[in-house]
Amino acid sequence: MWVFLGSDCMFFGTLIATYLVYKNKSIVGPYPIDVFDIPTTSVSTFVLLMSSMSMVLSYAALRRGRIKAFRIWLASTAIMGATFLAFQVFEFREFAVHHVEIDCVEPGKLTEFETDIFNEFCTEGVEHYEGSHGLTPATNLFGTTFFTLTGFHGAHVTLGVIWLLGVLLYSFKWGITPDRDLDLDLAALYWHFVDIVWIIIFTVVYLFGVFEGF
Amino acid sequence: MTTLALPLPRPTHPTGIWSWITTIDHKRIGILYGVTAFILFLTGGVEALLMRVQLAAPEQDIVSAEVFNQLFTMHGTTMIFLAIMPLGAAFFNFVIPLQIGARDVAFPRLNAFSYWTFLAGAIMLKLSWFLGGAPNAGWFGYAPLTGEAYNPGHGIDFWMMSLQILGIASLAAAFNFIVTIINMRAPGMTLMRMPLFTWMTLVTSILLVLAFPVITVALIELMFDRFYGTNFFVTQAGASPVLWQHLFWVFGHPEVYILILPALGIVSEIIPTFSKKPLFGYPVVVLSGVIIGFLGWMVWSHHMFTVGLGPVANSVFAATTMAIAVPTGVKIFNYMGTMWGGSIDFKTPMLYAIGFVFLFIIGGLSGVMHSSAASDAQQQDTYFIIAHIHYVLFGGSIMALLGGIYYWFPKITGRFLDEKMGQITFWIIFIGMNITFFPMHFLGLDGMPRRINTYPDGMGWDLWNAVATAGVVFLFVGLAMFTVSAIRSWRNGKRASGDPWDGRTLEWSIASPPPEYNFEEIPTVHDRDDWWSTKRRRAPAAVPVAGGSGENGHDIHLPQPSYWPAVVSIGLLVGGYGLIFNVAVAAIGGAIAMIGIYAWSFEPVNEPDDGAAH
Amino acid sequence: MNARRSNDALHLDREIGPLVDSVVEAVERNDREAIPPQVNTRKRGSLRLAGVVLLGLVAVVMSACYPDHPQSTFDIAGPVARSQLTLFYWIFWAAVFVFVTVGGALIYVAIRFRRRPGDGDPVQTHGHTKLEIAWTIAPALILVVVAIPTILTVFDNANSPDPDGLTVEATAHQWWFEFRYPHPTNENEQIVFANELHLPVNKVVNVNLHSEDVIHSFWIPKIAGKVDMVPNNDNNMWIQSEQLGEFYGQCAEFCGESHSKMKFRVIVESQEDFDQWLLAQAAPAVEPVTPLQVKGSELFRSAGCSGCHATSAIMNLAPDGSQLKGRRGPNLTHVASRGRLGAGELPQNPESFRLWVSDPGSVKPGNIMATEGKPYVDPDSALSEQDVSALVAYLRSLK
Repeated sequence: MWVFLGSDCMFFGTLIATYLVYKNKSIVGPYPIDVFDIPTTSVSTFVLLMSSMSMVLSYAALRRGRIKAFRIWLASTAIMGATFLAFQVFEFREFAVHHVEIDCVEPGKLTEFETDIFNEFCTEGVEHYEGSHGLTPATNLFGTTFFTLTGFHGAHVTLGVIWLLGVLLYSFKWGITPDRDLDLDLAALYWHFVDIVWIIIFTVVYLFGVFEGF
Repeated sequence: MTTLALPLPRPTHPTGIWSWITTIDHKRIGILYGVTAFILFLTGGVEALLMRVQLAAPEQDIVSAEVFNQLFTMHGTTMIFLAIMPLGAAFFNFVIPLQIGARDVAFPRLNAFSYWTFLAGAIMLKLSWFLGGAPNAGWFGYAPLTGEAYNPGHGIDFWMMSLQILGIASLAAAFNFIVTIINMRAPGMTLMRMPLFTWMTLVTSILLVLAFPVITVALIELMFDRFYGTNFFVTQAGASPVLWQHLFWVFGHPEVYILILPALGIVSEIIPTFSKKPLFGYPVVVLSGVIIGFLGWMVWSHHMFTVGLGPVANSVFAATTMAIAVPTGVKIFNYMGTMWGGSIDFKTPMLYAIGFVFLFIIGGLSGVMHSSAASDAQQQDTYFIIAHIHYVLFGGSIMALLGGIYYWFPKITGRFLDEKMGQITFWIIFIGMNITFFPMHFLGLDGMPRRINTYPDGMGWDLWNAVATAGVVFLFVGLAMFTVSAIRSWRNGKRASGDPWDGRTLEWSIASPPPEYNFEEIPTVHDRDDWWSTKRRRAPAAVPVAGGSGENGHDIHLPQPSYWPAVVSIGLLVGGYGLIFNVAVAAIGGAIAMIGIYAWSFEPVNEPDDGAAH
Repeated sequence: MNARRSNDALHLDREIGPLVDSVVEAVERNDREAIPPQVNTRKRGSLRLAGVVLLGLVAVVMSACYPDHPQSTFDIAGPVARSQLTLFYWIFWAAVFVFVTVGGALIYVAIRFRRRPGDGDPVQTHGHTKLEIAWTIAPALILVVVAIPTILTVFDNANSPDPDGLTVEATAHQWWFEFRYPHPTNENEQIVFANELHLPVNKVVNVNLHSEDVIHSFWIPKIAGKVDMVPNNDNNMWIQSEQLGEFYGQCAEFCGESHSKMKFRVIVESQEDFDQWLLAQAAPAVEPVTPLQVKGSELFRSAGCSGCHATSAIMNLAPDGSQLKGRRGPNLTHVASRGRLGAGELPQNPESFRLWVSDPGSVKPGNIMATEGKPYVDPDSALSEQDVSALVAYLRSLK
């Protein structure tokens, strides 16, 4: 399993490297600052972090032979994982239909992307512009690298949730004991790994993407 | 026990084709790998032959420019991914469990899966010849030439799908061998008592596990570009083609060591055996192998000296590249130290091993020549580089692998590979190899770029091109003789005992061919070269005889054959094909793979009633 | 003879070290007592043989690289190629030295220690620490000798000695080269030319390298080693020739179907000739005179040629000083003044023009003109024999 995680690190490492190489290299918008919603993503990040904690509790419960507590914590880990995924789906959808609204008379402070839209659509006589300028993998380099990286991580979370649910199902049907633990430590290890990777992604992609100076 | 397994009977074919399809015996899988890879090696050779015929004289038009480009792309991809790597895997499979005193690898079904997936990837790649043209952008597939804009055909699709499938196979195999070598060694076999070949397999597997993810991501990015319109390598959207080169060579250079380290491992087994001496400076040889594997990660940009990375990067990568020559040199000196004072028996495997060392010195030295970034500006992408890689990969890897075939053939088949033919074949191949590839040094320095399908009269390249093409004839005669003698010897060669070469490692302590369970009793290891010291301690009568008794075999607990690994591989093949042509087919492929995985995970290693006695 | 085995290095050293030492010393001193005479003669014979073989090989190497070949990297004409060649020789002789010593030692060991009838098990030596340290350090020292000049040359060749000198913009296309020179009098204009690079002799010329499509590589073997032309990743290099004359250049990075046909020529001339040439290139295209030429010039527009091929050599720079994208095909303003046609592939004569205009794909398979040019993909617009003659007459007039 450690070998597998080492290999997986290379997968994520390469994807993150790709993202960083292409950071700020997109020719057209939207750019990170236009679409990212840090508070929302912070919530989902927090949920994922908490799921790691409940994974620890679940594992500890099993070690002490408290099967019921084990099941509760395991289920809550899976649910929190699923919640994270729901956030991600919601976020992807938001990005894809990214809504832009500009007051053409008094535009105020616009981002670079909004300025582009302002220049293109706020022609003579237009007072107010509204439209959808979504970000998809095909839009620009940011979209390409962002969706691939986070999607790849999402796939890992999905796999983890399925794994945890499988263990849960197994524990109901055939029982699980501290001796026959179905390598729960491997599942836990995997879950923590996926979690840590997300922290890196959150920092590199989201936080560096929004705060200036990076 | 309640079971979710599919209600299919467990395969129980003792012989016949189904027994091969469902086998999970590492020895049979090794043979499958070896035979398949050798056939693919010959197809790659035919591709090379066509190129050499086209280039034999100036301004020829035997194959078109487009076909020529497909030929060199396929030749490179075939030789690297479908010939040298799986030939190495054949030996990993057959030899490693025997060398470490194990009954099988850690995950036998995963091992079968690796083979069938490798075969699926090979079929995928070779199919392209018949389905609208082979890939034509070189084995390195530099962006943006592989992009939809410059390469709308399906060739590149086949190439990238095939490499991804092969990547899965290699990753699975590498995981398997790491776990096997770490966990399944016989009692007493500490890491520093492991045979060198096992050591090099371990290093190779670690390189594989770390390098393949990088190329896989690059290929996935390329696939998204081609299938779903993303912009990873689309220069019109601002992408940098240099990214592909970095990703490719971060994988590609460790890959070079993935190709050469098993060869070094094989040679490290052959030379001590035929010198009747232990490997000179064992810890240093092991360490130098590990260092090569490690430094292999720091030199990738020497493939990119002309890309414009700047003088600082070029100097750093030149220095690290030169540094690799040190551990490589140490290995060669230690081989000579092993031979020094020995009693060298020039049987065919030893000829190949010495041939390897000799050619590898030449390849290594030309390697040092273009590690010098400034001088390399004249050599990069010329025939000089072709000469170098063939001295390293043919003179190096292939010579060692052929030596390995001669060395372990008696163990695999119970019969010797014809020795007289072997000696003749060796010299034909050795001479042919030098006639083919040495003139390419001259061509490169004379300014002949690589990957050109033709050249005008008056460039001064006629003579050496003609010579190189003539050399290929030698190679083909040699390889044909090898193939014929291998088939004949397999059928009715001279019988070999369990220990025909007076071997030093554990695989020679059992019968040839080994019984299905390998070791009647798992040996306890006290020494490096344990079998040698065991032999020298006790009476010669203890040497195993051909055939083996096998009487005690019936109560040894072995995992049973399975259909599912092959099913999953078929699913991958169909799925890959579907992604290129038709999403519905891809869905069918995915479904087949999912069924296979499902059935596999709920299939017990042994049927409960069968294993009940234990 | 049973070998005793031990991992104890000290013990080993005591047991085997002196033995190895004595053998090594014996060989070095050619000590007849330590080595049986028969071995000694054989050794000498084999060394002599190896020496002859190696000298022969070196002779072949030297004679193989005939300096008069058009792309030989030994017949150099400028400082960049010279520094690369000097470095090459330096490493080459180091490599020959290593090859002779190590290869010779290998053959020697193989012959000397071959198995003879009645041999028992040899002494089971496991290693020799001092020896191993020695042969780790030795190659490292040789490499340092190679590494230092390498790094010096890398920096020399990367930094132009005259960054403000003449700067040529070279842009690669599938499968031809576009060259732009700064206009001698108007700094907002460039003079566009294709497939022939003119250089004043003995002058440092800086070349900025661009690519319009895939990766190519810029290589003039006798003047300078190659530097890649990468889209979205511009490179630069400097070149200088000390000899007058014509030199060959070729794309060295695989760039698609007609990669092997992507060449150019370099004309090195005196400063006066160069200045004259540049002025001539800046001039507008010659007006057609004969009726056939006039018909050709009309066809040039009506058949769509002018959509990709400009007939004015002057291009303006963008307001910010960057260069603007040109048309897709080579600039033809003075096509008849070039030494070669079709990116170095064809000689300059009417037959070449005729061949190219009537069937461009036969010269360079897959080129855009053959795959997208209307007269070549649409049978209704195909050029008649007369059309071709008219176009050739017109193009031939563009001196």
